[in-house]
Amino acid sequence: MALLEVKNLEVSFGLRSGEVKALRNISFNLDRGERLGLVGESGAGKSVLGFSILNLISRPGRISAGEIWFDGQNLANLSAEGIRAIRGNRISMIFQDPMMTLNPVLTIGQQMVECLQAHRKISFDAAKTIAVQKLKQVYIPSPETRFDQYPHELSGGMRQRIVIAIALLLDPDIIIADEPTTALDVTIQAEIMELMVELCERNNVALILITHDLGVVSQATQKTIVMYAGRIIEQGPTKEIINDAQHPYTQGLMNALPQMAIPGQRLNQIRGAMPPLQRIPTGCAFNPRCDYAEEACKRELPTFTRSGNCQVACHMVAAMRKAEQTQEGV
Amino acid sequence: MIAFFIKRLFQAIIVMFVISLISFSIQDNLGDPLREMVGQSVSEAERQALRDEMGLNDPFLIQYGRFLGNVLQGDLGTSYFFKEPALEVILKKMPATLELVFGATIIIVLFSVPLGVYSAIKPFSWFSRVVMGVSIVGISVPVFLTAIGLIYLFAIELGWMPSYGRGDTVDMFWGWDSGLFTLDGLHHLILPSFTLASIMLPLFIRLIRSEMMEVLQSEYVKFAWAKGLHSRRIYFLHALKNTMLPVITVGGVQIGTMVAYTILTETVFQWPGMGFLFLEAVNRVDTPLIVAYLIVVGAVFVVTNTIVDLIYGLVNPTVKLAGK
Repeated sequence: MALLEVKNLEVSFGLRSGEVKALRNISFNLDRGERLGLVGESGAGKSVLGFSILNLISRPGRISAGEIWFDGQNLANLSAEGIRAIRGNRISMIFQDPMMTLNPVLTIGQQMVECLQAHRKISFDAAKTIAVQKLKQVYIPSPETRFDQYPHELSGGMRQRIVIAIALLLDPDIIIADEPTTALDVTIQAEIMELMVELCERNNVALILITHDLGVVSQATQKTIVMYAGRIIEQGPTKEIINDAQHPYTQGLMNALPQMAIPGQRLNQIRGAMPPLQRIPTGCAFNPRCDYAEEACKRELPTFTRSGNCQVACHMVAAMRKAEQTQEGV
Repeated sequence: MIAFFIKRLFQAIIVMFVISLISFSIQDNLGDPLREMVGQSVSEAERQALRDEMGLNDPFLIQYGRFLGNVLQGDLGTSYFFKEPALEVILKKMPATLELVFGATIIIVLFSVPLGVYSAIKPFSWFSRVVMGVSIVGISVPVFLTAIGLIYLFAIELGWMPSYGRGDTVDMFWGWDSGLFTLDGLHHLILPSFTLASIMLPLFIRLIRSEMMEVLQSEYVKFAWAKGLHSRRIYFLHALKNTMLPVITVGGVQIGTMVAYTILTETVFQWPGMGFLFLEAVNRVDTPLIVAYLIVVGAVFVVTNTIVDLIYGLVNPTVKLAGK
């Protein structure tokens, strides 16, 4: 059985202009120790999905349909106390900007100990021992000194290590990392990513990595979900998606990677921009930007087609697979 | 810490110097002190001689220099009306004013923090809406009207509260007579304190509310939720501590302002403090007393602001007092 099972998840935001659905029909599984990449342009709903797993979407957003099964419990309709006991304990999060994530007026130690004490009956000294040990795990030099320091006394890379240490404090089953390297220096980015993969592997922690960096996804994850306008459009093993993307949108993302361009050549890009959630086109949401769009794409929502080990929501891919099958049949 | 004190002391001296200059210029331009001091029978020639003797005909800077010299020795002149040293007259009245400000501050702290925090956490509840509505009214109504309204309701109609004066006081130390230690004194303190608090309280509720709402949107509060902390700890430690930083700064300035606002409150309640005394002094053109009041209030401002900066440094770790 999968560690985390998301079924037909739907998240809505009640705005004055009416209800807007930020996520529709999201279903996926995550196994123990598995690392999953969640990619898409800004506004695709990656972060909303990450936050909704812990029911952390703030008003006026809410989970309007679907189930999130974890450890025999449906996180989507757990009591406030029930979900609190999961947060930071069984499932923890790492945020984008380490400069903003830590409370500026509390010491590193206070922010670590409180997390342990929120979930376990534990003395300050015992909690401190665990905290210092976790700081060592993320290679913080002289952890005892850092323990008593305030966030502003540390560099960005150091702070993100501390956030990772906090995420690991209670040996969680899943870590949800929302663009953990975006706000960091390029040289630090690789270091932090390596550290996260190493720690997840060593502690058998599953990772949901939210990013728009396909390079990071290809190195760090085993499974990838590509999102567009609040829906999953392609999911499968990372290797297959990177090497042989099926959906025109995923192909577009791959082509937009700078390392594939010859120096001096213009970078490829997907024309147009992601539509705002209030004005998602009918049919396939990607059709106005797609080079292969046909009549059907503008009318009907594509369903998932199996392609290799991947699931792809595209009329064109569906037609191609059908043609192959009939050929094989003949 | 010591460096901070020396720096602040230096600033305080400059501020007090400017205040003394302004106060003295006021004295210099505020009518003829001789008219108040001597009777009708004194001839013009005698007046001239007296002016020369008192140095009132000297150039401004020389007079100011002499004034400053006296001030440094603790001599702020002699009140024309009381025929006593002005500083002593003022200091005798200071306890009453400080206790009034103290009472109002207690009320403000006691009410503004819980009300501000509640209306930030639950901005859409009916109670928050009522608090916000009432606070707008509180800001708009002038102090003397609030005072008269409270006297009418609680002193005249209901008869629960005394309408004027300080009630019984006990002598503490250094001639400090306090109304805080007798039931009658406390009873008399309630209405004036609420009146004085009525201007600042709505301001602080709204300030705390808006700061808190902003802090609740911050990444570190979201992260605190993601860590699975109890809501109490998130609201009252993570959020409130950050909310209070700007509130402390504003609060320090406002305490000083409140000392000035006591003039109105004390007058309506016949409260025997510095503000009431000041208004009397203005009516009697008792210039040494006016100048002494301005200098004492200036000193109170400087002292409270220094204390506030110290507290701020304790709350905010990014401010190093010893720094620079």
